[in-house]
Amino acid sequence: MEASTLAVTILWSLLFIYAMLGSLDFGAGFWGMIYGKSEEKSAAQIANRFLSPTWEVTNVFLVIFVVSVVTFFPYATTLLSSVLLVPVALGLLLLTIRTTFMVFQHYAGKFVGLLRVTSGVTGLIIPALLVSILPITLGGFISFEDDYPRLEYGELLTHPTLYMHVLFGLSTELFISSVFLMDYAKEAEDWDAYDTFRKHALWLGPVSIAVAMLTIGTFPEEAGWIVDNIEQNWLIFGLSLLFFLIGYVLLFLKKPDGRKGRARPAVIMIVLQYGFAIYAYGSAHLPYLIYPDLTVSDGFTNASTFYPMLIVYAVGFGILIPAFYLFWRLFLKDRRYLKQQ
Amino acid sequence: MDIVVMARALFGTSLGFHIIYATIGVGLPVMIIIAEVMYFIKKDSDYALLARRWTKAFAILLAVSIASGTIVGVMISLLFPDFMEIVGQVIALPFQMEIFAFLIEAVFMSIYLYAADRLPPTLRLVSIISVALGATASAILITDVHAWMNTPAGFRMLPNGEITDIDTWAAFFNPSFGVTAIHVTLSAYMTVAFLVASVAALRLMKSKITDQERAYHKKALMIALYFGALMSLGTAINGHETAQMLHEYNPRKLAAAEGLFETQRYAPLSVGGYTSLEDQRVKYAIEIPYGLSFLAGDRLDTEVIGLNEYPQELWPPLYVHILFNVMVGIGTVLIAVAFAALFWKLVLKKEFPGWILAILVVSGPLALLAIEAGWCFSCIGRQPWTITDVLRTGEAATKSKSVGFLFYLFMSLYITLLFVTGFVLRFYFKRNPVSRDLSSQ
Ligand code: HDD
Ligand code: HEM
Ligand code: HEM
Repeated sequence: MEASTLAVTILWSLLFIYAMLGSLDFGAGFWGMIYGKSEEKSAAQIANRFLSPTWEVTNVFLVIFVVSVVTFFPYATTLLSSVLLVPVALGLLLLTIRTTFMVFQHYAGKFVGLLRVTSGVTGLIIPALLVSILPITLGGFISFEDDYPRLEYGELLTHPTLYMHVLFGLSTELFISSVFLMDYAKEAEDWDAYDTFRKHALWLGPVSIAVAMLTIGTFPEEAGWIVDNIEQNWLIFGLSLLFFLIGYVLLFLKKPDGRKGRARPAVIMIVLQYGFAIYAYGSAHLPYLIYPDLTVSDGFTNASTFYPMLIVYAVGFGILIPAFYLFWRLFLKDRRYLKQQ
Repeated sequence: MDIVVMARALFGTSLGFHIIYATIGVGLPVMIIIAEVMYFIKKDSDYALLARRWTKAFAILLAVSIASGTIVGVMISLLFPDFMEIVGQVIALPFQMEIFAFLIEAVFMSIYLYAADRLPPTLRLVSIISVALGATASAILITDVHAWMNTPAGFRMLPNGEITDIDTWAAFFNPSFGVTAIHVTLSAYMTVAFLVASVAALRLMKSKITDQERAYHKKALMIALYFGALMSLGTAINGHETAQMLHEYNPRKLAAAEGLFETQRYAPLSVGGYTSLEDQRVKYAIEIPYGLSFLAGDRLDTEVIGLNEYPQELWPPLYVHILFNVMVGIGTVLIAVAFAALFWKLVLKKEFPGWILAILVVSGPLALLAIEAGWCFSCIGRQPWTITDVLRTGEAATKSKSVGFLFYLFMSLYITLLFVTGFVLRFYFKRNPVSRDLSSQ
C-alpha cells in the first residue's frame, strides 16, 4: 500500500471510531434530555450513567481525528480551513456549551432542567453540522476568488443534499445509540429502559436505511464521480445491508427467558453494518479529499515524518489497551456501577 | 480591523482563556496526590476530605479545560493554516503524542471520579498519579511546539517556501525545549499551590467557623505553602536559565524584554517603567547596575545584544517589557510571601493574623496573572514572527473575512463561561459545605 493510502485509511478508521462513539455520546445526551422529565426516568438514568464517564474519551477521539488530518495531510490545511472555518467554529462553540452544561448539571442541581435541555439540543445540532462537511467534499460548493477558496453558502444551503445528509446523520446517530443503550440497559437489568430503547431502535432502523439510500439520490451534479464509484462498490454496500438485516432480525428474536431481542449480537451486527458502509464509502471517495481540488496524494506529508508518526500511534494505543480494558470493566461491565440508584 | 489582527486576537484570547483552566488542570492533580499521600501517612481523614473536595472542583474545571482545549486545538489549524502546513511536516510528533497524554488523563480521571469507591487504595493512587502524569505530559508536549516556534530547528526552508532536510527529532529536542518545559511545569504547580492557599486563607478569615473547620483549612494552607514555596523558588531559578537561553538563541527577545537598545557589557536591569522609543531607554525604571549582564551570562561583563542591532521592523512591540516585569515581579514577591509565611508559622510559631491571610488571598490570582503575562510575553515577544526568522505572522494567518464576527462570538462565550464556572463552583460548595462533610466523617 502506498504511504498516503495507508494514512487515509488510518484517518478513515479514526473517523469510523468517532462516528460510533460520537453517535453514542450525542445520542445518549439526546435520550437523557427526552426522558429526563417523564415517568420513564430509568431510560434517562441509563443514558446518563453511560455518558458520565465516557464523554471525555469520546472528545479526545474528535481531537485525534483533527490532529491526524492536519499532521498526515498538512498541505490540505489551507483549503480545508478556509472553506470550513465558519461551520467548524460554530460546531466548536456549540460543543463547548454542550460539554460544560452536561458536566455542570451534576453540580448545579437547581438548574438541571435548563442545562439538560441545552446539552440535549446541541447534541442534535453538532452532529448535523459535522455531517454537513460531507456534501462539501463532493464538489460544486467551493469557488475560487483570486486563488482564494470560499464556500458557496447560498448554493449549499439551498441544495436538498445538505438536508438529506443532515437527516441521514441524525437518524444514524439515534439508531446506533438506541441499539447500544438497549444493550447497556440489559447489562444493568433495567427492563423498562430496555423496552424503551428497543422500541426506538425498531422504527429508527428502517428509517435510517431509507434515508441513506435517498441521500445518494440527492448528490449534486458534480458528484457523478462518486456515484459511479459507489455503484462499483455495490458488493460491499450489499454486505453492509445484509448485516443491517441480520441485526434488525436479531431485535425480534426471543431469548430463552421470553424477552424479545438479542441485544449484544445486534450491536455487533450494526457496528459491522456501519464499518462496511464507511469503508466502502471511503474507498469510493478516493482519490479525492475534496473534489476536484485536492487529492489524497497532494495533501500528504513527507514519508520521513510519516513513519515516526505511525510508531507514535502504535505505541500510544498499545500503552492504552490495558487502560481501556480497565475502563470497560468498570463502566460497561461492573454491575455495581450499572445498577446503582 | 485587519483580518490578520483579528485572527491573532481571536487565537490569543482563546489561549488566554484555555490557560486559566489548563494550568489548574496540570497542578491540581498534584495537590490531590499530596493530600492522598498525607492521608496514607497520617491516617487523618481531613486529608482524604481535601482530596475529595479538590477532585470535585477539578471535575468542574476539567469540563471547561477540555472544551476550550478542543477549541484552541482546532482553531490553530483554522486560523493559521500556513503555519500548520509547516508544523505538520516538521513538528507533528508532540501534537500526536499529546493526544495519548490526553487519553491517559481522560480515562483515569473517569476512573478516579466515578469508580473510586470500587477500587483498592493502590489502584486509586495509581489512577490519580496517571491523571497528573497525563496532564503534565500534555503541558510539556504542547510547550514543545511553542518552544520550537521560538527556536526552530530540524528543517531548512528553501526560498520558494519548500521545506527540506527534515529531522523530526532535532525539531522535537529544539534548543529551548528543556528549559521552557521545566519552566511551564513548575510555574503551573506553583500557581495552583497559591490558588489553594488563597481559598484556604479566605475561609480562615471568616469569623464564624468551628475549630474543626479551622483545623481542616489550616492543613490545606500548610500543604499549599510548602509546595508553593518550593515551586516558586524552582520557577525563579529555572526562569534565570530561561533568560540565559534567550541570551544565547534569541537575544532580540531578551533585548525587548529589558528595553535595551545599545549592545553593551555591564548592562543594567531595569525594573518597572516603560520602554520609550524616542529616548531609547526604559523610563521611570529602577536600575540594578550590571543586573542584566548577570542575568544573561552569570558574569557582570557579559555582552548583551541591544535592539539596534536589528532593523526596527523586526522588533517585537516594546510593551513586552511590562509583561516580562509583571511575571518576574510577581514571581519574586510570591517567593517572599511563601517563605515569610512559613517563617512566621515554623520559627515564630504564631498564628496568621488577618493581614497575612489577606496577602495570601491575593497570592493565587497574582500567580495566574503571572502565567498570563509570561505566555503573552513569550508569544507577543516573538512577533513579527510566528516561527522565529522563518514564517511571519502576516503570512501564516487565514484570509477568511469571517474572523471578525467569530472573534466577538467567542469573546462572549468566554466571558459567559468564566461567570458560569464561577457560579457553579460557588453553588456546589455552598450546597455542600465542609462543615457537613466534616461532621459526617
Ligand atoms: C507563575 C508564573 C511565572 C513566574 C512566577 C515566572 N514565570 Fe517566566 N514564564 C512563565 C511563568 C512564570 C510562563 C507563563 O510559563 C512562560 C511563558 C512561556 C513559557 O515558556 O513559560 C514564561 C516565560 C518566561 C521567559 C520567556 C521564554 C521564551 O519566550 O522563550 C523568560 C525569559 C522567563 N519566563 C523568565 C522568568 C524569570 C527570570 C522569572 C523570575 C522569577 C520568571 N520567569 C517567573
Ligand atoms: C501551555 C499551555 C497549555 C497547557 C498547560 C495545556 C494543558 C491542557 C490540559 C491540562 C488539558 C485537559 C486535558 C484532558 O484532560 O484531556 C488540555 C486540553 C486540551 N488542550 Fe491544552 N494546554 C495548553 C495549550 C494548548 C494549546 C496551545 C493547544 C492547541 C494548539 C491545546 C490543545 C488542547 C486540546 C485539543 C485539549 C482537549 C483535549 C481533550 O479533548 O481532552 N492546548 N490542555
Ligand atoms: C496558553 C497560553 C498562551 C497564551 C496566553 C498565548 C498568547 C498568545 C497571544 C496573545 C498571541 C497573539 C500574539 C500577537 O499576534 O501579537 C499568540 C499567538 C500565537 N500563539 Fe500563543 N499563547 C499561549 C500558548 C501558546 C502555545 C503553547 C503555542 C504553541 C502550540 C502557541 C502558538 C501561538 C500561535 C501559532 C500564535 C499565532 C501566530 C502569532 O501571532 O505568532 N501559543 N499567543
